[in-house]
Amino acid sequence: MTTTLEPPAGSTRRSRRLGDHLVRVAEAATTPYLPADFMDLFAPLRSGADLRGRIEAVHAETADAATIVIRPGADWAGHVPGQYLRIGIDVDGVRQWRAYSLTHGPRRDGRISITVKAVPGGLVSNHLIHRAEPGTLVHLEQAAGEFVLPPAGGKFLMVTAGSGITPVIGMLRNLFPSTDDGVLRPARSADHDIVVVHVAPSHPDSIFIRDLEALDAAGAIRLVARYDDEHGVLDVDDLADLVPDLADRTTLACGPAGLLDALAAHHEAAGVTLTTEQFRTARVEPGDGGTLSFTSGTTLELDGATPILDAAEEAGVLMPSGCRMGICMGCVLPLREGSVRDLRNGAITTAVPGETGAIKVQTCISAAAGPCHIDH
Amino acid sequence: MTTIQKKSALPGQSNPIAHLTEADIEQIGVELDAIRQDVLDSRGASDAAYIRKVIDRQRKIELGSRAVLLFSAFPPAWVLGTAGLSIAKILDNMEIGHNILHGQWDWMRDPKIHSSTWEWDMASPAAQWKHSHNEVHHTYTNVVGKDNDLGYGIMRVDEDQTWAPFHLGQPIWCFINAVFFEYGIAAYDLDLGAVIKKKQTKDPEFRARAKQVLNKIRKQATKDYVVHPALSIPTGSFLPTLAANVTANIVRNLWSNSIILCGHFPEGVETFEKRSIEGETKGDWYVRQMLGSANISGSKALHLMSGNLSHQIEHHLFPDLPSNRYAEIAPKVQALFEKYDLTYCARPLVPQVYSAWHKVVRLSLPNGWLKTTNAKNAPQQLGILYKMATGDRRTRRLLGRKLESESRAAA
Repeated sequence: MTTTLEPPAGSTRRSRRLGDHLVRVAEAATTPYLPADFMDLFAPLRSGADLRGRIEAVHAETADAATIVIRPGADWAGHVPGQYLRIGIDVDGVRQWRAYSLTHGPRRDGRISITVKAVPGGLVSNHLIHRAEPGTLVHLEQAAGEFVLPPAGGKFLMVTAGSGITPVIGMLRNLFPSTDDGVLRPARSADHDIVVVHVAPSHPDSIFIRDLEALDAAGAIRLVARYDDEHGVLDVDDLADLVPDLADRTTLACGPAGLLDALAAHHEAAGVTLTTEQFRTARVEPGDGGTLSFTSGTTLELDGATPILDAAEEAGVLMPSGCRMGICMGCVLPLREGSVRDLRNGAITTAVPGETGAIKVQTCISAAAGPCHIDH
Repeated sequence: MTTIQKKSALPGQSNPIAHLTEADIEQIGVELDAIRQDVLDSRGASDAAYIRKVIDRQRKIELGSRAVLLFSAFPPAWVLGTAGLSIAKILDNMEIGHNILHGQWDWMRDPKIHSSTWEWDMASPAAQWKHSHNEVHHTYTNVVGKDNDLGYGIMRVDEDQTWAPFHLGQPIWCFINAVFFEYGIAAYDLDLGAVIKKKQTKDPEFRARAKQVLNKIRKQATKDYVVHPALSIPTGSFLPTLAANVTANIVRNLWSNSIILCGHFPEGVETFEKRSIEGETKGDWYVRQMLGSANISGSKALHLMSGNLSHQIEHHLFPDLPSNRYAEIAPKVQALFEKYDLTYCARPLVPQVYSAWHKVVRLSLPNGWLKTTNAKNAPQQLGILYKMATGDRRTRRLLGRKLESESRAAA
């Protein structure tokens, strides 16, 4: 509800005070829980709740990619095309967080969508594409990311590989809306001169290829599609042949680490501007033992058989502890990054920043499995 | 000799694991680890859905009951609301709070359902309860003098403990403790008895913890005894709502106390001496949990309302497995008991509660007294009891020996 009249200051203060009192009474009535815990039962997407969304539809794009349409909670603050969002979804009962590009500009119906391509062995991408059901509640963070086009326009080269097309398609759909009458070219996009070099394993495996081809046909962009099965794997040194005015353009690239690294080297040598976006962080395979660092600054070299708790205490770190046999949860600390091994059954727990969030681990029965960082 | 075998076999008591070799005990550990791993490997979406559903229903029952109690001056509303609120509080403490605070649901990585963030409808703050329960009770299960849950430091829990006249009052204390159970728990989470005995009440660390407890009690009492009754004033239901909250808290206290008594106190459950657990292996620990716990057999509703502590044996073996899986592993655990010729102590609720209280009463009396007393000799026996209660230590010792030898002869 909005009011246009500015009420007198005194009454605002009074009503605010009354509101505070009501909140306090509600809290006193629901302790040890919060009023929100009860409201979440009925209205998880209401204003004031933790930001969540509800999956409304899952549209297959190719055999291994799908667009997920989500109704975000009332507090969704909107986004700029090209930005991404972090989404938390329960896979096999375990909360997992991933970042995906928003594939539309702001939509009139208030829905948002992400397009997900299955990563081989990828827990979340495969779940979203093949198993996510409309109606599922997901956890969201506000849109973020600097990977956006300057509204003033200019000359751009977009290099995308695989699902790296998703932030770019979000920008392009916003610039050149697709309607039943074909691709529109509104005035706001008149100053955008865009070449897209899109790399995919093959034509049928390429998500959004029909959208890209339609934009190309309408003259909105110039599309240079490179398929590994047809053209061989792209060599960045060939870019100058594919895009002769490369040096005049600002490059935005999104794709796997290998391609981005090669582009960075190429552009640095050529003195051309490059903005990149990458979601999947490089992972370290779990090993046996490793370097453990604490936020406090302490660093320890651990073997793969000594509990983190014992080793840290040995080194003089003041650690929370309890039963020392994996029962009481008195020793749990957040693992920010890296892997630990459960000494009871060998199970590996891996924290990846931006994906899993910090995972609380029992230090009394966990040993380092590779380099790891613990908040303590 | 394994550590449990160090338990001195009292006259009239037999060592329940004399027939087990060290290799047997190690093998029991291996087999139990395998049962645990099976559950870990299959833990997933349906388990997560289970706990979320229980939390959802509990909150709706609580909301509904509290709404009905706004009209509690109307007797049927009082009955319905009080019953609902009692159920909500029991679910909150047992199936939800107790198990979440054990870390049974930490694997879901849901920050709202996590042992490090959960609070419950209880006088004792979650953090303090986790220390005394998860750390002390679950590690030192049924070790006399180490495990506070065993008699809560105020009761005689084993024939080995010398009888003294003040033990005669223990059925009464035990009942008072049951009625005010949540405050009793808060007090021994604070280790209040020991702190007072050692005159450490001025210790700043203790003061900080005591302040947390008082703060929690204040909030709980304000909710139950001020806010909700006050909200019922418009229908003239202040006092009925107050009474409903008092009743629901007492029902919850009596219920959780009964379930907990059933877990470790019925006849047939073993207790252990401090020195018996020195150098204990994982297998020994498992066997101590097997012998130190008792189950309640019954319906699904009973398991739910007991927080699955009706599967106390399975819970003590695997305190961090999701509670909804205990029922499924119980037959495997029971088969293991049979394979190694151990007693799986399980009875329905009423016999189990009776058994626990029978033991409370039996141990409040000198060893052998209850056994040697019948309707015919009751006056003489009461005479002996009177002499023991009022006499000096020597009289107690002599009469006590006499009772013990008579009871052995009767057996």
